[in-house]
Amino acid sequence: MLTYTLKRLLMAVPTLLIVITISFFLMRIAPGGPFDGERQLPPEIEANLEAAYHLDEPLPQQYLRYMGNLLQGDFGPSFKYKDFSVTELIAQGFPVSLEIGGLAILLALLIGLPLGIIAALRRNTMIDYTVMGTALAGIAVPNFVIAPILALVFGVLLAWLPAGGWNGGALPNLVLPVIALSIQQIAYIARMMRASMIEVLGSHYIRTARAKGLSERQVIWRHAIRPALLPVTSYLGPAIAGIITGSVVIEQIFGIPGIGRYFVQAALNRDYTLVMGTVVFYGALIVLMNLLVDLLYSALDPQIRYDD
Amino acid sequence: MLRHSHTLLGAMVLSSLSLTSLALATPAQAETLNIGVMGELASFDTSQVSGGVWESQVLRDVYEGLLKENPKGEVMPGMATDWDISADGKTYTFHLRDDAKWSDGEPVTAEDFVFGWQHLLDPASASKYAYLLYPINNAEAVNTGDKPLDTLGVESLDDGKTLKVTLKSPTPFFLQLLTHYTAYPLPKHAVDEYGKQWVKMDNIVTNGAFTPVEWVSQSRISVEKNPDYYEADEVDLDGVNYFNTEDRNAAISRFRAGELDIVRDYPSSRYQWLEENLPKATHLSPMLGSYYYVLNTREGRPTADKRVREALNLVARRKVLSEQIMAGSFKDAYSLVPPGTSHYDVQRMDGVDGDYQERLARAKQLIKEAGYGPDNPLHLQLRYNTSDEHKKIAIALAAMWKPLGVDVEMTNAEATVHYQTIQEGDFDIARAGWIADYNDAENFLTLLRSGVGNNYGGYDNAEYDKLLDQAASTLDLDKREALLEKAENVALDDYALVPLLYYVTRNLVNPELSGWQDNAEDDHPSRWVSFTE
Repeated sequence: MLTYTLKRLLMAVPTLLIVITISFFLMRIAPGGPFDGERQLPPEIEANLEAAYHLDEPLPQQYLRYMGNLLQGDFGPSFKYKDFSVTELIAQGFPVSLEIGGLAILLALLIGLPLGIIAALRRNTMIDYTVMGTALAGIAVPNFVIAPILALVFGVLLAWLPAGGWNGGALPNLVLPVIALSIQQIAYIARMMRASMIEVLGSHYIRTARAKGLSERQVIWRHAIRPALLPVTSYLGPAIAGIITGSVVIEQIFGIPGIGRYFVQAALNRDYTLVMGTVVFYGALIVLMNLLVDLLYSALDPQIRYDD
Repeated sequence: MLRHSHTLLGAMVLSSLSLTSLALATPAQAETLNIGVMGELASFDTSQVSGGVWESQVLRDVYEGLLKENPKGEVMPGMATDWDISADGKTYTFHLRDDAKWSDGEPVTAEDFVFGWQHLLDPASASKYAYLLYPINNAEAVNTGDKPLDTLGVESLDDGKTLKVTLKSPTPFFLQLLTHYTAYPLPKHAVDEYGKQWVKMDNIVTNGAFTPVEWVSQSRISVEKNPDYYEADEVDLDGVNYFNTEDRNAAISRFRAGELDIVRDYPSSRYQWLEENLPKATHLSPMLGSYYYVLNTREGRPTADKRVREALNLVARRKVLSEQIMAGSFKDAYSLVPPGTSHYDVQRMDGVDGDYQERLARAKQLIKEAGYGPDNPLHLQLRYNTSDEHKKIAIALAAMWKPLGVDVEMTNAEATVHYQTIQEGDFDIARAGWIADYNDAENFLTLLRSGVGNNYGGYDNAEYDKLLDQAASTLDLDKREALLEKAENVALDDYALVPLLYYVTRNLVNPELSGWQDNAEDDHPSRWVSFTE
């Protein structure tokens, strides 16, 4: 298992290198630069800026400089948020995104899995239709609609919870963003779990288990749930990575200082170093999440072993 | 299992509710002002600031220049108590107040201004807005690296109590300029001690009414009252939180929930609703900003023909734009320089607000004279930067120009790409806007000066340039005003652009606050704000 894990981690290095290189050159090819804006700068000011950020050097040289710094763990200064280095911004934003993203996934599992199982067990009944109908609505309604409605209802009209703000991660400030972030995930997980459960319940070994005279409860708990969890597990890796780094809308609406926003803002601002920093971070996170999921997979499915 | 998860969810909601009640029960922080600003500050080092309107709000609260603004946005003494201007208008001598201090108790000296301005103009600082200090003698040469820093026309006299500034040429708006963040001092002693790290919250010192204590990137900047501020006794607030609320609709929700006392902008589409539902809190007033369409006057473009430019201007129905398309949240514009500009009367483009049918008839005639018609339809490329407001306006104008037989091809791009493209001249018509850096007509009129980067349409009129040059060297304010007004009329007679709307300031302000006054520059130092007892 250890060898496998190390091998996977080593394999991630070339993957990340390719991602970094492609992103670096794509970013530079994109029209518009970090200092373009409504106000045209006098040429001498532009020259000063380019010199200060080494943008006056040939592109390959800039690339080598960037890679050299990266090897020393230096993501460079942000072009836009000058008082912070990219490392500081990520270090400040990631725990926040991890907290709301992690809680959202947890909530999604806690609600989505049971709903999916119940829908599968009560297949083609009113319960099934209701659960799946609601899940479909959950998938169809985007975050940017759900979040303002939650803020309006619970923050403004009922005044039960803050309508926004982070407040150092106080629980009341967490509730609405976590719910808003988890709704779509609940829906996906419930639908996935239902489909997977139905498939498992129709399989030969379940029939065998029933034939052996096991009670329905035993069949479900002992034999059906674990294999049915496999598709959900493989969905979790990218879902967690995505939810942690991609909760842009939720962070914007609730004013949460996570790293999700840096993805979009840095790209729009052409904040080259911050874009690269988030790309490297996101890439590493996806690799890590996929590895964790694969390890979890082997724990759930005895047929899969990585002890080569 | 279902029951379990329900129970858990219920417990979560209950516990959060009880925590909310706890939070509500804690002592009220009535003296802390919560402001929703529309973006993130780039830096507390003023040479590194990127020019967002929201940045000025934070910076003017924590720093103070030689002059400052009152609640109405009018200039008044700040770090300098008084000043002398030489007869030729080129030398300013500022006398600093004796009790001017940094937040660590160190005195603010003329040396701090010299140091700050040199830092801003140092090519190594790569300051985006260094050019605002170019009126100072040798500033441009220093900024390009052609002359050393110490040749900058600014020196500290009398043991740091007097600051002497020499200008390149008389600059009537120079005092106005000194309220801008580019002209703030820099704490030399702190920079000497901490180097670039002086801006970190543990090290920073400022000389304004407040001083920064916490900065959670993308979320909140907190400042506290500066006890060493010379008028600290008159500052009512204990502190200010600036919340980054880029989502303007979310900011409204937070304002309604009582989490924010001031919201520094709301979407124009919400104006009617806010006016009906929160009339006491909803502010809208004229601002020093123009929303206009640039016309490409370069050779080879249809808009190089004055007749085409006039026709486009004639049928642009500004009132429809301001009142119907923008729901009253903008004012219709007929000039480049907006109302409220100091020492300047608003000018007016000829014939663009008369009887519509007559305007339309004349516009059709002009288009025909310019050689366009059914056999040779006029095709124009209109570029705008991505935003719902810009899109609505572009669609409306394309519809207004349709009766002229004009076929408008619309292209939108994010701001960065938009401005780069129009800088290269690849357009016929392009959206642009300008918010004043300082209250002076020259700040707007420069947009049409030949060879200037912001003159996207490439407008080139020797008479116009000459009038601006003359105004620049005229000390008499009335004569200067006449020259500037004449210059604008030259451009308006040329239909050099399509003025469309004047920007307005849009703020939500808790009616329980006093010390807030709407003003054309939308500057509202928190130093004057207090909660009504």
